[in-house]
Amino acid sequence: MEFVTQHAVLVVSLVKIVILLFLTLTTLAYLTWFERKVVAHIQSRWGPYYVGAHGLLQPLADGVKFLFKEDVTPPGADKFLYVLAPFLALSLALTTIALIPFGPATITILGQPTQLIVANVNIGLMFLFAITSIGVYGVALAGWSSNSKYPLLGGLRSSAQMISYEVALTLSVVGVVLLAGTLNFNEMVGDQAGYYRYLPFIPRWHIFPQCIGFLCYFTSAIAETNRVPFDLPEAETELVAGFHTEYSSFKFAMFFMAEYANMLTVSFLATILFLGGWLSPFPESWTFLQYLPAVTLLGLGLYLGYDAAVVARGIARIQLIVITFGALVLGALCLLPAVMAVLQGPFWFLLKVACLIFFYVWTRGTLPRFRYDQLMSLGWKLLLPVSLANLVGTALWIVFPLLVKHG
Amino acid sequence: MTPTTVETPTGAAQTMVLNMGPQHPSTHGVLRVILELNGEIVVKAEPIIGYLHTGIEKSCEAKTYSQVITLTDRIDYLAPLSNNLGYCLAVEKLLGLEAPKRAQYIRVLLTELTRIASHLVWVGTHAIDLGAMSVFLYTFREREEIMKIFEYVSGQRMMTSYFRVGGLALEPPPGFLDKVRRVIDALPGHIDEYEDLLTNNRIWLGRTKGVGIISADDAIAMGCSGPMLRGSGVAYDVRKAFPYSSYEDFRFEVQTQTAGDCFARYQVRVAEIRESIKIVRQAMEKIPKMDGPIRTEAPGIIPPSREEMKTSIEGLIYHFKIYTEGFAPPPGEVYQVIESPRGELGFFVASDGSAKPYRVKVRAPSFVNLQSLPKLAVGRLIADVVACIGTTDIVLGEVDR
Repeated sequence: MEFVTQHAVLVVSLVKIVILLFLTLTTLAYLTWFERKVVAHIQSRWGPYYVGAHGLLQPLADGVKFLFKEDVTPPGADKFLYVLAPFLALSLALTTIALIPFGPATITILGQPTQLIVANVNIGLMFLFAITSIGVYGVALAGWSSNSKYPLLGGLRSSAQMISYEVALTLSVVGVVLLAGTLNFNEMVGDQAGYYRYLPFIPRWHIFPQCIGFLCYFTSAIAETNRVPFDLPEAETELVAGFHTEYSSFKFAMFFMAEYANMLTVSFLATILFLGGWLSPFPESWTFLQYLPAVTLLGLGLYLGYDAAVVARGIARIQLIVITFGALVLGALCLLPAVMAVLQGPFWFLLKVACLIFFYVWTRGTLPRFRYDQLMSLGWKLLLPVSLANLVGTALWIVFPLLVKHG
Repeated sequence: MTPTTVETPTGAAQTMVLNMGPQHPSTHGVLRVILELNGEIVVKAEPIIGYLHTGIEKSCEAKTYSQVITLTDRIDYLAPLSNNLGYCLAVEKLLGLEAPKRAQYIRVLLTELTRIASHLVWVGTHAIDLGAMSVFLYTFREREEIMKIFEYVSGQRMMTSYFRVGGLALEPPPGFLDKVRRVIDALPGHIDEYEDLLTNNRIWLGRTKGVGIISADDAIAMGCSGPMLRGSGVAYDVRKAFPYSSYEDFRFEVQTQTAGDCFARYQVRVAEIRESIKIVRQAMEKIPKMDGPIRTEAPGIIPPSREEMKTSIEGLIYHFKIYTEGFAPPPGEVYQVIESPRGELGFFVASDGSAKPYRVKVRAPSFVNLQSLPKLAVGRLIADVVACIGTTDIVLGEVDR
């Protein structure tokens, strides 16, 4: 106990890391469920439905399946790199989430006031880009070490793709950095508080002055995370499964999780940089909005309760009753003033992230895939010049303060 | 195929030989293509077939003329009724028979529905090959409705075997035309939906325009037919050139495009779905006004009606003899072509005067169209090979037979 009080900072950080890791991994698992459900409904199907109520236990079943599959290493593979690649991909993808601030509130653990962020780094943005750019190694090494032709092609494609789009990705956010004048995520969000003077209903989010930057960022982010329509590295109809063709069992699951973690990271980043992070889009005077998290949870609970009572049958009904109960209890908890105050930030933050992720999935349900050369020319010939122009424009805007004064 | 040395900007290097298939997500079954790659660019492509060889042509020689019909379903499993029609017409030619007008119109209606179903599968699989996942699910949803019609008429979704020598197997059940009308009325809207997702989509255009070009001369030289040929600007359609089964009574346009690329072939097929809908509509107008049997009268060849079989001794004898021994056409050879969804489908049937065909040879459009693949693919990227395989619209069952 003495150790704990002496090293409170360390213990608190560890506790936060454990909680965040647990939440992230659960979210990743349920992102697969979310994606499958949304795509299924886009395609007029039901999606997962049989494992648990509404297929809610499907991620669990998938996880168990991955664990019990035979773990095959192809002959002639470079064993060390072959094992290293998925670890690299997943651990780097998870590391970035430590940099993400979820809300402005300060909570006290063990008498130690602490923020809703694991590592509040002054050069947060730079650090995050540094980590994500190492992420390409996971893919490239996986493709190379498998000693197989399809993964090799996939690995080459994605190395080229990720490196090319990283340039556009980084340049597209420099505009925001110029506007905010900081690389710290907390300060960046703080910079977006308030409303425009002449348009008092529009929040001062960076997406409005930096709309071109946002479009460039989001397009590059989709490419950076290898998602449709830029999912060439794993283009399943061309390269079977791309760089992870030879991977099976949990190593495959790690790549899979890394992909979703990356998706999460870029959505977090887009929210922080462009969409005002944890800030509510509505004026602070609308105090009734603080009940929104509670209302959302209670509403969800009531809906699921209705589902359990009227639609569901058998085990699904029992599961739904349990979930209903959980949602209602959580909703009631959110009504406590202390909890309510802490949850405001994370609620808006995660709501925005959820919208972005939905957009990701929506894209996947709609668009065909680019071809390799088209992808490259889009990145180098369109996104890069446009984000450069955006950067120069923003710089000029800031350099001529007259414009700012009147704007 | 062995790797060769090529010149690259950084000096001489070896090409890579990539084995695509027979187990590959987008070779539409068990096609195997050996690709020689310079980077991602295809230097040489060699389709290898035979992984789905079923020996259907040879099996035909051991079956009576009516038993062969069930085998023809399995040649091109996406268009079973077209195969049924081609074979039945060939045998009818051999026998000098003709199906009654009403049966001919029902045949036209059903084969056009087959064409729609087959093209729907094509649009969907081609879209999923190029990464547009949802279109695949949508087209299969509509195809399922057509499959339900086939099931209603023949009892089977895919292996219909509904056409018989001299007519149809059964009188279509009551309410058949209403079901067709319901499906056909909904279809144009659905096709607009696919076109919204694909035709003006810039990514789709980028992936298909200018990809896999084959000129009209090359297409003719390679024996291409169907949408492969019409996409290159040759207005050749067996239904117009050599009308069969009363196609001359129906008004429709032969759809052509001049570009000869993957997009042109896509446009041709989508337009053909719309034309087929027109033909089905005309058939639906004409069929209720017609009367008469669904099979011609030909004692000893065409089984007598159920009633006749139960009430007259001659009917019973014929019934017994036809179903046990089969019928024996006069010795001779015939060749009959029809326009299947994939192109010119020909049946060559030789008879030696016995109850079993001496030889049945199928001129499979997929098989002939497939040989244009190296021409389409060489010099393009791997991703384009997928698009090219897609637009040749092969069915491996038909390629290997």
